[in-house]
Amino acid sequence: MTRMPYYPGCTLKTKAQNYDLSTRAVFRELGVDLVELPRWNCCGAVFSLVTDDLLRQVAPITNLIRVQELQGTDSVDDPRLVVPCAMCFNVLKRANARMKDNPEDLKKINDFLYLESQPYRGEVQIIHTLELLKEISAKRIKEQVKFPLLGLKVSPYYGCNLLRPKDVAIDNPENPSILEGITEALGAKVVFNNRRLRCCGSYQTVSEKGLVADLVYDIIKGAARAGADLIITACPLCSFNLDWRQKEAMEAHSDHKLIPVIYYTELMALALGIGNGFGGEHFVDPQPLLQKFLEKEKGGI
Amino acid sequence: MTQDLIPIYIYSRKYYVPEGSTIITALEYLGFKLKKGVGCKEGFCGACASLYRLKGDYKLKGGLGCQTVVQPEMQIVQIPFVPAPKAIYKIEELQPDSEIFVRYYPELYRCLSCNTCTKICPQELQVMDFVQAAVRGDFEQVANLSFDCIMCGLCSARCPAEITQFNVAMLARRIYGKYLMKKSTFLEQRLKEIESGKYEEGYRELMSLSQEELKNRYFQREIDFQIT
Repeated sequence: MTRMPYYPGCTLKTKAQNYDLSTRAVFRELGVDLVELPRWNCCGAVFSLVTDDLLRQVAPITNLIRVQELQGTDSVDDPRLVVPCAMCFNVLKRANARMKDNPEDLKKINDFLYLESQPYRGEVQIIHTLELLKEISAKRIKEQVKFPLLGLKVSPYYGCNLLRPKDVAIDNPENPSILEGITEALGAKVVFNNRRLRCCGSYQTVSEKGLVADLVYDIIKGAARAGADLIITACPLCSFNLDWRQKEAMEAHSDHKLIPVIYYTELMALALGIGNGFGGEHFVDPQPLLQKFLEKEKGGI
Repeated sequence: MTQDLIPIYIYSRKYYVPEGSTIITALEYLGFKLKKGVGCKEGFCGACASLYRLKGDYKLKGGLGCQTVVQPEMQIVQIPFVPAPKAIYKIEELQPDSEIFVRYYPELYRCLSCNTCTKICPQELQVMDFVQAAVRGDFEQVANLSFDCIMCGLCSARCPAEITQFNVAMLARRIYGKYLMKKSTFLEQRLKEIESGKYEEGYRELMSLSQEELKNRYFQREIDFQIT
C-alpha cells in the first residue's frame, strides 16, 4: 500500500459522500491508501480572480501547510496531495501556482498565518485522482476488473474545472481522453458526446435553474444522440446539475431523454467488484441500469 | 508594603495602576463603575472580554479582563457585548443535518479560513477548525472543539466574514447532545437501584457509626476507582 495525503473537501463530506467513499474504496483496491489531511478546511470554493485580495488565497494555502505537516510525519509514502473534487483541485492548484509565481504574495500570506506551525514553502504537488489513475495505468486497472461492463455505453463528461485554465489541466484541454481510457479499461463502450467539455452551468444552478436546465438539456441530448446509457463525471457540481436539472429539462422539453449520472469511481467500483452501495441521492436513479448489469455479469440474465 | 505603579491606557487615557493587577482589578482600583463587562472574576463566565495591544507589538490581542495581567504601556478596551444574530428554533423539530446551518446561520459559508477567530480566542480554542467542521456538518467535531467556549464574542467581533462562531457552536453542541451523542444509562441505573432499596442497609449502618469509626471508614475508602 502506498499512503498518500488526501483532501476530500466539504462537498464530499456532505452531498457527495458517494464520491468520497467510492474513491477511497477504488484506490485501496489499486494499492493506494488515501490518508485524509488532518484539520483541513474549505479549499476556498471558487478560485478568486481578484488580484489584490490575498485573503481569499489563505484558505487553499492553509491546506497546503497541512500537507507539509503530514509530510513531516511517517504517515505518507508519496508526498503528493490527491484531490478528487474537480472544484477543490482547480482552486488548490491555481492558488499553489500563484504562490510559486509570486513569492511576495506567499510572503504576505505566511506573515499573516503566524499561528501555523510552519510557513508554506510553495513546494506541495497536487494531483487529481484521474491523473493518479492514469499513472497506475489502464493496464493495471484492466487486470483487476472482475465484472467487465461489456455492452454498457458510457459517456464521459468533463466540464471546466479539470481542464481550464490549461496550466492546471489534467489532460489536453481541447481533446481529453483520461476518462475514456478508464471507461475502456473497465470493458465498457465509450460513446462520444461532442458537448462533453461544455459548462454545466455551475453555481448558476442556485439562482438560475432554468438557464442551467437549458445547458443540461443540450449536454444530455448530445449523450443521448451518441446512444449513452450512462454519464460519468469527476465533479460534484457537474454531477448535481447534470442529474437534478434533468427535472426542469424534462418539464420544458417533451423529447428529453433521462440518462443517469454517476461518478467514474462508482463505475470503477462496480467493475472491480467492490460494490454498488455508496449511496448518493439521484433524480435519475442509476440503480436499475447498474443492477441489470451486475446480474448479467453474475450470470443472472 | 508599597506596590510599584505602572502606566496603562484605558480608552486611550493614561492611568497608573499597581503592578500585577488584572484588567478588572486595575479598573476597580481606578474607580470605574463596572455595570457591564465583569462577571465571575474567575475566568469562566466570559463577560469581561477585552482587547489590548502591548507596547512594541502590532498584534491586537484578546483576553478576559479578570485573567489578563496588565503590562506597562498596555492599551486596553473592554468589549462587554458583541451584537450577534441568534437563531430561534425548537430543538425537537431539528434534524442532525448540515442543512441546519444553511437555514439558521448561512453566513457560516462565508468563512475565508483566515484563522483570525483562532488568533483572538482567549480560551485558545481552534475556532476556525470548528467553524470548518460545521461547514461540513461534522457536529461531533464542532462539539468537541468548542466545548470550552465561554461565548465572550471576540471571535465574532473580529471575523471578516461576520460569522457568529459561538452561536453556531452552541447550536451544534445542542444537536450533538440531543441526537448524536451516546446516551449514558448510569443515572437511570443508579436511580433504579436507590428506589429498589439497595443502599438502605448501608445507610443505616453508616448512621449508626461513631464519629471515630466514620473517620476511619473515610480514610480507608476506595479512592482510586475508575469511571467507566
